[in-house]
Amino acid sequence: MADITKTNRRDFLKIAATATGGLLIGFYWSSCDSPKVKVLSIEEVLNKAHNFNSFLSISPDGDIVIYSPNPELGQNIKTSFPMVVAEELDADWSKVRVLQAPLDTDKFDRQLTGGSGAMPHSWERLRKAGATAKYLLLAAAAKQLDVDQATLTAEKSVVIHKSSGKKLTYGELVEAASALQAPEEVLLKDPKDFTLIGTPVRNVDNKDIVTGKPLFGLDFYREGMMHAMIQRPPFGKKIKSVDDSEAKAVKGVTDVIQYDNFVAIVGKSTWPLIKAKRRLKVTYEADGNVESTADHDRIMKELLDSRDARVMRSDGEVDKAFASAAKVITSEYQCPFLPHAPMEPMNFFAHVKGEEVELIGPTQTPDAARMQTAALLGIPKENVTVDITRLGGGFGRRLRADYVIDAVEVSKRINAPVKVTWTREDDMIGGAYRPAVRYRFSAALDEGGNMIGYKLRGVGLNAGNSVRQDNFPSGAVPNVLIENINYDSTVTTNAWRAPITNFLAYAEQSFLDEVALAVDKDPVKFRLDLLEKAKSSPVGAVNYDVDRMIGVIKDAAERSNWGKDNNVKQGFSVYFSHRSYVAQVANIEMVNGQPFLKKIIASTDCGIVVNPTGANHQVRGGIVDGMGHAMFGNLVFEDGSPKQKNFDTYRLIRMKEVPDIDVNYIDSGFEPTGLGEPALPPTGGAIANAIFAATGKRLRSQPFIEQKEFSDLNLQMFRS
Amino acid sequence: MANYNLQINGKQMEVDVDEDTPLLWVLRDHLGLVGTKYACGIAQCGACTVHVNGEPTFSCVKPISDVANEKITTIEGLSKDGDHPVQKAWDEVDVAQCGYCQAGQIMSAAALLKKNPKPSLDEIDEGMNRNICRCGTYHKIREAVALAAKTK
Repeated sequence: MADITKTNRRDFLKIAATATGGLLIGFYWSSCDSPKVKVLSIEEVLNKAHNFNSFLSISPDGDIVIYSPNPELGQNIKTSFPMVVAEELDADWSKVRVLQAPLDTDKFDRQLTGGSGAMPHSWERLRKAGATAKYLLLAAAAKQLDVDQATLTAEKSVVIHKSSGKKLTYGELVEAASALQAPEEVLLKDPKDFTLIGTPVRNVDNKDIVTGKPLFGLDFYREGMMHAMIQRPPFGKKIKSVDDSEAKAVKGVTDVIQYDNFVAIVGKSTWPLIKAKRRLKVTYEADGNVESTADHDRIMKELLDSRDARVMRSDGEVDKAFASAAKVITSEYQCPFLPHAPMEPMNFFAHVKGEEVELIGPTQTPDAARMQTAALLGIPKENVTVDITRLGGGFGRRLRADYVIDAVEVSKRINAPVKVTWTREDDMIGGAYRPAVRYRFSAALDEGGNMIGYKLRGVGLNAGNSVRQDNFPSGAVPNVLIENINYDSTVTTNAWRAPITNFLAYAEQSFLDEVALAVDKDPVKFRLDLLEKAKSSPVGAVNYDVDRMIGVIKDAAERSNWGKDNNVKQGFSVYFSHRSYVAQVANIEMVNGQPFLKKIIASTDCGIVVNPTGANHQVRGGIVDGMGHAMFGNLVFEDGSPKQKNFDTYRLIRMKEVPDIDVNYIDSGFEPTGLGEPALPPTGGAIANAIFAATGKRLRSQPFIEQKEFSDLNLQMFRS
Repeated sequence: MANYNLQINGKQMEVDVDEDTPLLWVLRDHLGLVGTKYACGIAQCGACTVHVNGEPTFSCVKPISDVANEKITTIEGLSKDGDHPVQKAWDEVDVAQCGYCQAGQIMSAAALLKKNPKPSLDEIDEGMNRNICRCGTYHKIREAVALAAKTK
């Protein structure tokens, strides 16, 4: 249940000030021209506004301020969340202003960005926040007009009494309404009556983005603030010696400080730090396993045969099934570590003032930043404030607070406000990467080509659980064994957009393609037959909804004209992750005798689509991301450090390489689920399966372009 | 350190920095023009794109000593009220996801359209290929450049 509490006005304004103060100072400090049109600032609106709950405040002028508590990194939450509140409020969207809320765990739950979980978690809370305020506005209108509240309706911030034609604006009612007691229960709209949800709404920060306003952490500035950069060690090593004489000699450098295994360079602006960092001489010595990619390859292959696997799922009698099988197919798939590489490098502002700390910057987990800061300094968490800037991408990297702690460590030592900035090279070599994983899949097939046994063993380097044992095809096969082995590497890892499934889905969907083709079955029909079994005679508990998965498969097959055009070679893939279902078909056509990846067709069931423009962004973006990393993403370790240190050697997908992408949504009527991740996992499989259909070459490892099978494909990706 | 007179967004500005300081850091740290972004620092991603005498230029590798007295335009000076056709198209098409690379994308697009007011889709792809968008907004970028070409 939503905890909509009445907060007093003073508290509210205090929060508003914290939320805007620092950033707006940064904004006005900039020398850019201010807009001609006089629009009230959010502070000016809030000065007059009455607040209804944690999410919502309305001024007598009719300006509506909606707080967005979760960090915005491009997943559209800062637009989509307020849309839900505004829908139930029947607000005039043109009068809605959105403000990023600071960290406040009393007012908001789950103030984090990760797991595509914000919308499903907050859907009902947001609706109640809007509906409660609307109820109070209607109640105030009923009193004023002396009519029954049930005879009133609302539309675009106006309360209407139909029979008399009388109208009152929200602005006129706000004072009286905010004095009323909020109801315990409130009626929510029937989704068929939605007028804002389901319509394309533009990003609320568009104007600031296209004019280059300071929105991001790296743009934050405060008078008197110092800058710092940190030199960090290769994995498995510690500092042996530091020679900072040349670094200190760079003009503009004020301090070089060694602490723990780090060396911080402090100065008044960024460029001298970059220069000094190049002149800093640090030698390192082993302090644990100093690993290379060759070690990783060997370890993963060896561990696939280990006797110490952890059984994650066991159905039926697997050994018996494989012993009696007419055909057994086994394949191994592997992926490398990958950096997140968001465009905005890691950075954070910290000001340690004795027992109190002010933190400002881009973070997916503001509460982790606060808790780790409090623990580091031995102060109560209440003494730490966190303001959240816009994030220049995250992809999971900013779930980790290591770069926040950098800023706290330096501010504490120099006793001044500081912004720590990582260079791109720091970000590439000091990452917390997508774990490297190797899988072995085995399928046992009977005479009729039915899959009677299925085995999956995953070996991950700091991957935790590298399998998803209750996902498809579990439930559809009578004898299943799924095992996991985790190896403790010195290379740090972290959630990376669609953790684990970003590679597992590709491997699994490629393997199922291998199995289907080995028994001469159409890959789509093969999957549908399995799902029919999961429906008619389910084996064990599963985490997916069979009908919803069938729904996206059928839709993608139909819209892609699956199997009907001999000139188009197609690859199919479907995956359930983060509560959403996505099926994809990749189309390869022969152009001048070369295979050309022309199009990807996606079908998604994420329940109600809140903002179609945001949803399209996430589906297309997820596919582009999935394709780019499957094709190119590679990180090769040598002596505890990646060889790829910047975008000259670490290849990211570019404009000319993206195929056409066609998206569609299943109108399933379910409550909305997240979309930040689910479109990514199926992409690699769809492409690899299409490549196989077109060329007979099976790509079993990523990145594709590094595989020997790929070298003679001449796969054409460029559109021109 | 040396004094440099700069012409940025139609204004005369003066900074006192080392001659090897890249234009990017002069804009961001010394002049408060933070719309121009740092992402790679080695002229690979285009997030730092500005115009020098109308030419799209990676400011992260452009020493200040090279651009003194040249005409520099940043995202803040592309138009007075954010109403350059490319900026309007970027809003209309709703291009941005995280938004971090978009100032560089817009500056590249504006320079492209100045040279080639009616680019084909292939020419758009070619012209925009030097700017990376990690969120993968490429389809929308293509659409927005085409729209800006139409409305210009």
